[in-house]
Amino acid sequence: MSLKTNNVLIKWVDDRLPIFTMMNHTFIEHPYPRNLNVAYQFGSILGVMLVLQIVTGIVLVMHYTPHTSLAFASVEHIMRDVNYGWLLRYMHANGASMFFIAVYLHIFRGLYYGSYKAPREMIWILGVVIFLVMMATAFMGYVLPWGQMSFWGATVITNLFSAIPVVGDPIVTWLWGGFSVDNPTLNRFFSLHYLLPFVIFGLVFLHLVALHTKGSTNPLGIEIKSPADYISFHPYFTVKDFLGFAVFGLLFAIFVFWFPNYLGHPDNYIPADPLVTPAHIVPEWYFLPFYAILRSIPDKLLGVIAMFAAIAVLFVLPWLDRSRVRSATFRPQYKWFFWIFALDCIVLGYAGSQPAEGIMLTVARIATFYYFFHFIVLMPLLGWFERPLPLPTSIAESVLGSGGTGSKSAAAPAREKA
Amino acid sequence: MSAASHGGDGVQRRDFLVITAGAFVGVGGAGLVWPFVDQMNPSADVLALSSTEVDISGVAEGQSITISWRGKPVFVRHRTAKEIEEAVSVPLADLPDPEADAERVKDGKDQWLIVLGVCTHLGCVPIGAEGNRGEYDGWFCPCHGSHYDTSGRIRKGPAPANLEVPPYEFLTDTQIKIG
Repeated sequence: MSLKTNNVLIKWVDDRLPIFTMMNHTFIEHPYPRNLNVAYQFGSILGVMLVLQIVTGIVLVMHYTPHTSLAFASVEHIMRDVNYGWLLRYMHANGASMFFIAVYLHIFRGLYYGSYKAPREMIWILGVVIFLVMMATAFMGYVLPWGQMSFWGATVITNLFSAIPVVGDPIVTWLWGGFSVDNPTLNRFFSLHYLLPFVIFGLVFLHLVALHTKGSTNPLGIEIKSPADYISFHPYFTVKDFLGFAVFGLLFAIFVFWFPNYLGHPDNYIPADPLVTPAHIVPEWYFLPFYAILRSIPDKLLGVIAMFAAIAVLFVLPWLDRSRVRSATFRPQYKWFFWIFALDCIVLGYAGSQPAEGIMLTVARIATFYYFFHFIVLMPLLGWFERPLPLPTSIAESVLGSGGTGSKSAAAPAREKA
Repeated sequence: MSAASHGGDGVQRRDFLVITAGAFVGVGGAGLVWPFVDQMNPSADVLALSSTEVDISGVAEGQSITISWRGKPVFVRHRTAKEIEEAVSVPLADLPDPEADAERVKDGKDQWLIVLGVCTHLGCVPIGAEGNRGEYDGWFCPCHGSHYDTSGRIRKGPAPANLEVPPYEFLTDTQIKIG
């Protein structure tokens, strides 16, 4: 059980501060299902991205000036004058997009394999909270360069709160610190953009505590029953995760070095002008599905409510899904509806990028309806009507064939070096 | 595993993979760290301000001006004959940081002493106002009591070295370029 070491210094420290025991517990003792597949890469990738965003962000702050008259120029100063400033800023800006790519894949992994179901509701709920804080952080970060998209994005998003009856306008004035988006707004966004990543860091810690309390799910959706079902994190998943970092890092590098502005908007290279709104304003790509939902409702207040409800519905998903089977692998109908839902989100994203008129508005409305229909109607009903496939008796049996159900030694060859 | 994949000495293909992968991660990691270190070095716009031109025609004999170069004060003193004589006549053996006056001024321009106004002890700006030039007629640092002479050399106090002479040149008789 306890830490095995002959190192006197490690023993001395560990006796007073059991960090080595904790690391030993996490990486050696804690059981991880042996069948975790590529869909389970994104948690560790997100951890790396969070650290990278914090480190590049701290470094950018060393050169950035949060003032309406200097912010835009200070970002250009970073791009032109600061040593490797272009690299650091492109890593930070594209890192945000990479962060969202990974988080969406991580969320859809959870939806496919039923990671949100009992007894793992707290892991899921903390995840949705992290997602919300991430969105707030990304939004406020996009305001800091003080370009046209920064300014008008900030104006539009803060104006969402004006939809609240009676207190809406005072709230917006409070958010702005004035009567329009201006220097006080920029300064508070800068302050919060620096704070929230550390809040996310704390939430991630809780997310992991909850995860290690109930253990990871796996593609089969059945629990660990015997030692043959699990392996340690190190060396098996350290190697697997490092491969994931390498592949994801390549994708990241392609954007940073070859298409650094592909995911951005050219209008943000025009300094903010409070008197002229760009002809076609869109949020960053990762907000587009929610933006489409907002615009597809013809009522201001209901549109804002629908947009927030699109995320809020995730909080109650563990109770909306009535199926006893976790993994979509054994849910023949849900598997199809999962992919239809994924397609629906992409349609919403595309609709959000287009002007809200004509056929695209109709498409967005249908897609919005289906988004909520999936969660509120399909998820509870499928639990009743769907006939799941028979579940395997154990992870080991499924992975190794029926010969693998025996003792730990039967699985031993896979655990040896070479 | 087949016999072809590892030799008789117990070295396995896995060992090769671990070492090569580790080496690539190490080199890649070091390459990634460098931009984060280098960004704190002076940026291009700061380096662009690294030289300053000054017109010294208005500085009368016995007067001194202070100008700013790279954010630091530079003392430009138009020395009197008496001050030059004081600086030249001191035996080098009496100096904590021996350096001849001739090495600290330009040939034929020895009335112009140009030094960084930064005490070599802990970086304060020494005082060189008339009547408060320390015991050696040069500068006196109020922070910890270092005395500099008319050549800007340390004579007494905790400072370890003479006031630094910045790189400079005379563009004309009355125009200098520092840096």
